[in-house]
Amino acid sequence: MANRSNNKPIVWRLLHWGIFLGVIGLIPIIFGGNSYYMYVATLIGVYIITIMGLNLTIGYTGQISLGHAAFMGLGAYTVALMTLNGYSFWLALPLGASIAFVAGLILGLPALRVKHHYLALVTLGFGTVIYLFLSNEHEITGGFSGLPGIPRPSFFGINLSSNIAFYFLVAGFLVVLTIMMLWILNSRWGRAFKAIRENDMRAEMVGVSLLAYKLLAFAIGAAYAGVAGGLLAPLMKFIDPTAFPVHESFWFLIMLIIGGSGRFEGAFIGAIVVMLLPQFLRGAQQLYFVVFSAITLVILIFWPTGLAGLSDVFFRRVLKRNPPQLTK
Amino acid sequence: MNNILEIKGLKKSFYQLEAVGGVDFEVKEGEILGLIGPNGSGKTTLFDCVTGIQRPSGGDVFFMGKRITRMKPHNIYRLGVGRTFQLVQLFPGMTVLDNMVMAIQESEGTILSRLFQIDESKDVRRAIELLEFLNIIHLKNEVAKNLSYGQQKLLDLGMVLMSDPKLIMLDEPMAGVNATLGREICERLVELNDRGCSFLVIEHNMRMVMGLCHRIVVLDYGKKIAEGSPDEIQKNEQVMAAYFGG
Amino acid sequence: MFIQLVVSGISIGAIYALVAIGFTLLWQASRTVNFAQGDFLTVSAVLMFILVCLGVPFILALLVTVGISAVLLGYVVKRGIIQPLIDRSHTTIIVATIALSFLASNSISTFWSAQCKPFPQIFGMTPYRFGSIILSRQHVWTIVIAIALILAINLFIQRTKPGKAMQAVAQNREAAKILGINISSVTTMVFVMNAVIVVFAAMLIAPVYMVRFDMGAQLGLKAFYSATIGGFNQIRGALLGGFLVGVIETFTSAYISTEYRELVVLVVLIAVILIRKEGLLGTEER
Ligand SMILES: Nc1ncnc2c1ncn2[C@@H]1O[C@H](COP(=O)(O)OP(=O)(O)OP(=O)(O)O)[C@@H](O)[C@H]1O
Ligand SMILES: [Mg+2]
Repeated sequence: MANRSNNKPIVWRLLHWGIFLGVIGLIPIIFGGNSYYMYVATLIGVYIITIMGLNLTIGYTGQISLGHAAFMGLGAYTVALMTLNGYSFWLALPLGASIAFVAGLILGLPALRVKHHYLALVTLGFGTVIYLFLSNEHEITGGFSGLPGIPRPSFFGINLSSNIAFYFLVAGFLVVLTIMMLWILNSRWGRAFKAIRENDMRAEMVGVSLLAYKLLAFAIGAAYAGVAGGLLAPLMKFIDPTAFPVHESFWFLIMLIIGGSGRFEGAFIGAIVVMLLPQFLRGAQQLYFVVFSAITLVILIFWPTGLAGLSDVFFRRVLKRNPPQLTK
Repeated sequence: MNNILEIKGLKKSFYQLEAVGGVDFEVKEGEILGLIGPNGSGKTTLFDCVTGIQRPSGGDVFFMGKRITRMKPHNIYRLGVGRTFQLVQLFPGMTVLDNMVMAIQESEGTILSRLFQIDESKDVRRAIELLEFLNIIHLKNEVAKNLSYGQQKLLDLGMVLMSDPKLIMLDEPMAGVNATLGREICERLVELNDRGCSFLVIEHNMRMVMGLCHRIVVLDYGKKIAEGSPDEIQKNEQVMAAYFGG
Repeated sequence: MFIQLVVSGISIGAIYALVAIGFTLLWQASRTVNFAQGDFLTVSAVLMFILVCLGVPFILALLVTVGISAVLLGYVVKRGIIQPLIDRSHTTIIVATIALSFLASNSISTFWSAQCKPFPQIFGMTPYRFGSIILSRQHVWTIVIAIALILAINLFIQRTKPGKAMQAVAQNREAAKILGINISSVTTMVFVMNAVIVVFAAMLIAPVYMVRFDMGAQLGLKAFYSATIGGFNQIRGALLGGFLVGVIETFTSAYISTEYRELVVLVVLIAVILIRKEGLLGTEER
C-alpha cells in the first residue's frame, strides 16, 4: 500500500501470484481427466480457505479457536439444508458465512472480555455442542444418516455439477478470498491485529480497542470457515456430523502450524502438505495423525515459522538479506 | 488555570501490599509536573491506574474534568493521554515506521474506515518528521526489536508524540539515554510544553527534574509526602529523609 | 433416587475435581493450560490396564504406572515440551498441549487398540445398603479416595517446604525468584505431581468408563470447565467446580436430556464467566 516501508516485495508478490495462479491453472490441465484427482484438489482448496481464516485468528492476532470445524459445519449445514429445500446456493452461501460470523461474535464476546484461555475453552465447548446438535436433531439435520443429495450450484446458467467445473468454482472463491484476506492484513486492521499479537498492553495504550479487533479477527476467521463449509457440502454432495467433530478443529491447528502460523503462505502450504501426503502414502489414517502431531510439536519447539519459514533460511543464508513477506 | 488531570484519593493494593495509598494531586494545564520518590514508592503503579492498565482499588481520576476512573485504556488514550513505559513497550516484530503509524491510526476515523483507508501519507510524513528529530530516521524500516535500548526508548517517545496528546506521561524518560540525547529530549519537551502540552514525568535524574519541572510531587510508600516547587522540595527534610534514608 | 443421584454426581464430580486440581496446579506454576490433561489420564489407564492384563497384581500395577507417568507425563513433558515454550505466548503452549493430546490418543489407537476394554472392578460389585438407600461401591470408594487425595495434596501444599515454594511461585513469580526459589524445578515438581494425580483419577474412572483411546477427552474438558467455574487459581475453586459440574451433569441427564448435558454445563460456564470472570472462588490475576 501507499507509502509503506521500502521493502515492498513487488517481485516477490508477483512470483507468489504466478505460482498460485499457475498451480490453479495447471491442475485441471494435468489431472483434468481424472475426476477423483479433481475432487481431491477441490477439497484441498476448501480446506485452504478454512485454514486461511484460522491463520487470521491465531497466526496474525494470537487468539485461539478450537471451534473451526463447528463454524465449517454451520456453513455446510446451512447450504445443504437451503439448497435441498430449493433455495439458491448463491443465497445460501452468504447466509452460511454470516451465520458463522455471527456465531463467532456471540462466542467471542463473553470469552474475549476476560482471560485469553477462556476463548479456547468456550470454542471447544461450542464445537462439542454443535457436534451434538448435528448428531441428535434428526428432524433438522438428519442425525448420523446425514443429508444426501446436496445439489451442486450453477453459475449464471453454467452447470457446475462435474468435478472439474466445481473445481473452478472453488478456485474462484479461493482467489477472491485470498485477495480479501491480503487486503485485510495490509490495511490498518492488519496492523492492529499484529500489534495485538505483538504486545496487547501497548496496543491498548495506543488506542486499539482489544475487544473490537479480537472479535473481528475471530469472527472473520469463523466466516471463512463458514464459506469453506458451504463449499464443502455441494462438493461432497453428502454431509453428516462426522465431518465436523471437535478433533477436526485440532487437525486444522496442526495444518496451520506445519504450514507456518502467522505467515500468509502458511495456510496454503499446511493444507496442501497435510492433505496431500496421505494420498501418496496410503496406509492407516491414524498413523498420519501420530506423525503429524509429532511433527507439530517439533515445529512448535524448534521452528515456529513452519514450512513457510523455510524460505527465510534461503534468504538469510544464501542471499544474505532480510526475507520479504507477503504481508507487512 | 484549569486542571488537566486530577487525582483524588487514588488507591491500588496488590494482595496486602498497598502500592498507592490514597494519593491526591493535580496537573495544571500547561504544566510540567514531576513525580518522584524512592524505588517501589508506587509511581509506576499510579501511572498504570491513571492510564487504565490497572484497575484502581479506590479513588478517582479526572481528565479535563471528565471522570476516567476504570475507563478502558484505549478510550483514555483517545481522549489525549499518551504515556511511555519504564520498561520500553513496543511492537517488537513491526518496523519502526509501523510502530509510529500504529500510534496514531486508532485515533483517526472509524473502525470501518480503517479497513479501507489506503492513503497514509499524512501519518507517514509526520512519523518521518519525528524520527528525524529523534535521530533514528535511518532505522525507519528496521524491525523494532533490532534497535538498541536507547533507540527503543526514543521510538517509545516518538510514538507518544505521534498523536499530539494533551497530557504526556513519561516514566523515566532519561534512564538508559546518553547525556547529549537527554538534553535534546528535554529541549523538545520544553518546546512541546510551550505549545500547550502538559506533562507528568517520573524521573530519578534529579538534575533534570529540578531543571525541567514547574512543580514536583513526592511519593513514599504509596503516600504523597510533599508537593511544591523544585526549590521547596530540595529544602524539604522529609523528602531528603525518604531519599537518603532517615 | 435423589440421594443416589447426588452421590453419583458427587462421585463423578470428585474425579473432575481431582483432574481439575492438577490442571490448576499446572496453571499456577507455569501458566500452562493443559489440553492433554484428559489424554494423560487415558495413557495412565491404558498402562494400568496392560499391566493388570499381564497378571501384575493391581497395587503393583498402580505403583508402576505412577512411576512411569511421573517420568513420562511429568518430567519429560515439562522438560521436553513446556520448558522450551514457556516464554512464548499462551497460545503456543495451548497448541502444543493440543498436539500432545492428539499424539497421545492417536498413538494409543494406532499402536495398541481402538477398542473399548473393560477395566477390572477393583472396588467390587455388591452395593452398600444404608437402610433403604443403596449406594454403589464404586461411587462410595471414589468419593473416599478422591477426598483423601485432595486432603493430602492440600496438606502437602500448606505444610511442606516444596509446597510452600509452589504457593510462592503461584502468587508472585518475581517475588519467588527474588526469594531464591528455583522456579523451573518447582514447575517440574508440579508437573510430576499432576502426573501422579492423574493416575489416581484414571484408576477411579476406568472401571466406569472402560478403557479406550478417547476415554480422557471428555474428562479433560470437564476438568477444564470445573476449574474455570470454580476459579482457576484456587484449589478449593477446582474442588467446588468439580462437584458442581458433576452434580449438574448427573441431574441434567436424569431429568432433562443425556444428549444435552454438555450444553447445560457450557451455559453455566458462560454465565459464570460473564458474571464473575475469575470463577466462583477465584481471585483476580495479573
Ligand atoms: N503487579 C504487581 N503485583 C504485586 N506487586 C506489585 C505489582 N506492581 C507493583 N507492585 C509493587 O508495588 C510497589 C510499587 O511499585 P511501582 O512499580 O509502582 O514503584 P515505582 O515507584 O515505579 O518504583 P521504581 O522507581 O523502581 O520504578 C512495589 O513494592 C512493587 O513491588
Ligand atoms: Mg516505576
